[in-house]
Amino acid sequence: MIKRTLTIARKELIHIIRDHRTLVVLFLIPVVQLFLLAYAASSDVEHLRTVVLDADRTPQSRELIEAYRASSYFNIVSAVANEEELAQAIDSGTARAGLVIPPGYGADVIAGRTVHIAFVIDGSDPVIAQTAFAAAQSVGQIHGVRIIERRLGIATEQMSFLEVQPRVWYNPAMKSVNFMVPALIAAIVFVLTMVMTGLTIVQEREWGTIEQLMVTPIRPAELVAGKVMPYVMISFIQILEILVFGVFWFRVPINGSVALLLGLSALFLVTSLGLGIFISSVASTFHQAMFVVAFILLPALFLSGFIYPLDAMPLPLQLISYLNPLRYMLVIVRGIMLKGVGLEVLMEQVIALVVFGVAIMTFAATRFRKRLG
Amino acid sequence: MADVNENDLVIATQGLTKRFKKITAVNGLDLSVRRGEIFGLLGPDGAGKTTTIRMLCAIMNPTAGWARVAGFDTVREAEAIKKRIGYMPQQFSLYGDLTVLENLTFFADIFEVGREAREERIPRLLGFSRLTGFRGRRAAHLSGGMQKKLALACTLIHAPDILFLDEPTTGVDPVSRREFWDILTELHLQGVTLFISTPYMDEAERCSRVALMFEGRIVVCDTPERIRGLVEGELLELRPDDLREAARRIEGLPGVLEVQTYGDLLHVFVDDAARRGPALQAALTEAGIAVAGLRRTRPRMEEAFISLIRRQQEETEYGTRSA
Ligand SMILES: Nc1ncnc2c1ncn2[C@@H]1O[C@H](COP(=O)(O)OP(=O)(O)O)[C@@H](O)[C@H]1O
Ligand SMILES: [Mg+2]
Repeated sequence: MIKRTLTIARKELIHIIRDHRTLVVLFLIPVVQLFLLAYAASSDVEHLRTVVLDADRTPQSRELIEAYRASSYFNIVSAVANEEELAQAIDSGTARAGLVIPPGYGADVIAGRTVHIAFVIDGSDPVIAQTAFAAAQSVGQIHGVRIIERRLGIATEQMSFLEVQPRVWYNPAMKSVNFMVPALIAAIVFVLTMVMTGLTIVQEREWGTIEQLMVTPIRPAELVAGKVMPYVMISFIQILEILVFGVFWFRVPINGSVALLLGLSALFLVTSLGLGIFISSVASTFHQAMFVVAFILLPALFLSGFIYPLDAMPLPLQLISYLNPLRYMLVIVRGIMLKGVGLEVLMEQVIALVVFGVAIMTFAATRFRKRLG
Repeated sequence: MADVNENDLVIATQGLTKRFKKITAVNGLDLSVRRGEIFGLLGPDGAGKTTTIRMLCAIMNPTAGWARVAGFDTVREAEAIKKRIGYMPQQFSLYGDLTVLENLTFFADIFEVGREAREERIPRLLGFSRLTGFRGRRAAHLSGGMQKKLALACTLIHAPDILFLDEPTTGVDPVSRREFWDILTELHLQGVTLFISTPYMDEAERCSRVALMFEGRIVVCDTPERIRGLVEGELLELRPDDLREAARRIEGLPGVLEVQTYGDLLHVFVDDAARRGPALQAALTEAGIAVAGLRRTRPRMEEAFISLIRRQQEETEYGTRSA
């Protein structure tokens, strides 16, 4: 049993290794994808190009502009003279936000009257707009507190009034890359393993070697296990690659146990490989296999919590997502890396993955029958 | 089941039938092959040869009827059969990116051939397939004939008792074909039972028995001598400019047994090609018909078949009339 499985695995490994180009691609893809997606998917607002319409032109208004400039969120690129120019700057995309200081701002501040300033945000990307909005508000408020401090001649630290201090756990800097990189480990590996293994058995069919294998004493389970093995290795290397770049380049912490992370990644691998093998064993051509893989991947990504939170989805979709191994892996990988949780917390997900893995592998092995038409 | 005859039958089928959606590819086949035979399954494309062999190799279930190979039922005891047979599919594909030796070793591993047997067999198989010098070459870089021989070597790695070969020599050059048959003869002498399908009439000569298959049925099953008795004559092929007129004139000539048309070609069965060829050419020239490419050819299955079926019908008619 073990021997024949290893025979198949060795043969499969030779196919992979001798195909130099694919091999290079296999090891480049995860890193390239990580970089692309981590940067592209980032919803952090930093250095948002901002124009200023200062109709006041007093020391007070300049102080306010300096407060915005000092925050890393906004990058004051230029000043505009009127609302039209402001609109044009935002329409053309040269600026994503505009700070509007009305005439009389300085006088109002001195007189201690309530002042109104306007902040215009390009809302085409709601996520960025939301973050920018919050940032603009907080910069404004902090500046407001400064002004009060100065008027009262005290520092707020010495005052005892109720203050809400929000503390963000697990991802204190609220860097979206911290949230994305763990998810990308799971998602990239899921996609790559499905694509890689989706072709392995159907490949023997296209080569015509399947008929030859059928007249040998090989058992379906041996063939499936042997085919999976080299890909487990490759996928594991891919995971390590992403982890190394995630930790050393993107500075994403691994707060939990690295060993646990790798162990559960292996479990997840077997599961998603099983899915690929299953597809491959029921497809009769390359085309069919690739089509099914593509058909499965998109919903699997969307119904995993990778991009959109599952809690916000309609109930039927939430229920479907329970059949999605990626869903469990996302919880596991984010849990270990960001929250530093241990196995006892992730038991539910681990059990789900084990059940799923065993089921899909068994299914793949029984679906591959040693019979033609 | 201690019957000696029963034990001697390594392949037996009864009413073996395979229906696909539209057609019946194999229709009520009754075959029996004895140990040590070279059994030839002859038939044109689409006759049902491949389907028959697949059912015998236990990788396709029959729609009706049964088959026993090496004493085991092909449906219920498929795995027992697989240990005892070798099968070389019609579209045999090796692993092109594996070397000759790796391909052999792969199949040796899958069949769990022990180390001693392997050390003896691999060099021997490489030797008789004349691939010893190419053991390190990738299978994809071998010539077509060499690939076939490697394929054969791979199917022999576990020393099967029965070997199924589906059109092993189709698309192979004449020299490789001859070599291939030498190897098969060698195997036959070692006591291996061979079940071979082929569309070539002349390969039937090397078989101990031949079954002619047509549209899923066995037309005739007998020794080559008996069958040769049925398909007499030698074949001349020519391309005249006026096909119909040429056929009409040739039919009357002495020594001509039968004329068949194939597109713009005439196929003429004569009793003696060397003698009748020039006479035929002369007759057509005299009639003002230009002839291109008169040559002697090997009867393909199509011709042999049509001829055989026609003559059988004629014989039956003659028999009933004279009775
Ligand atoms: N898997 C299949 N599905 C449907 N029809 C098939 C299948 N395999 C073979 N056939 C048909 O059965 C007939 C016999 O085919 P085959 O056994 O391959 O003949 P041969 O090997 O003598 O050329 C052909 O008409 C072929 O088209
Ligand atoms: Mg065929």
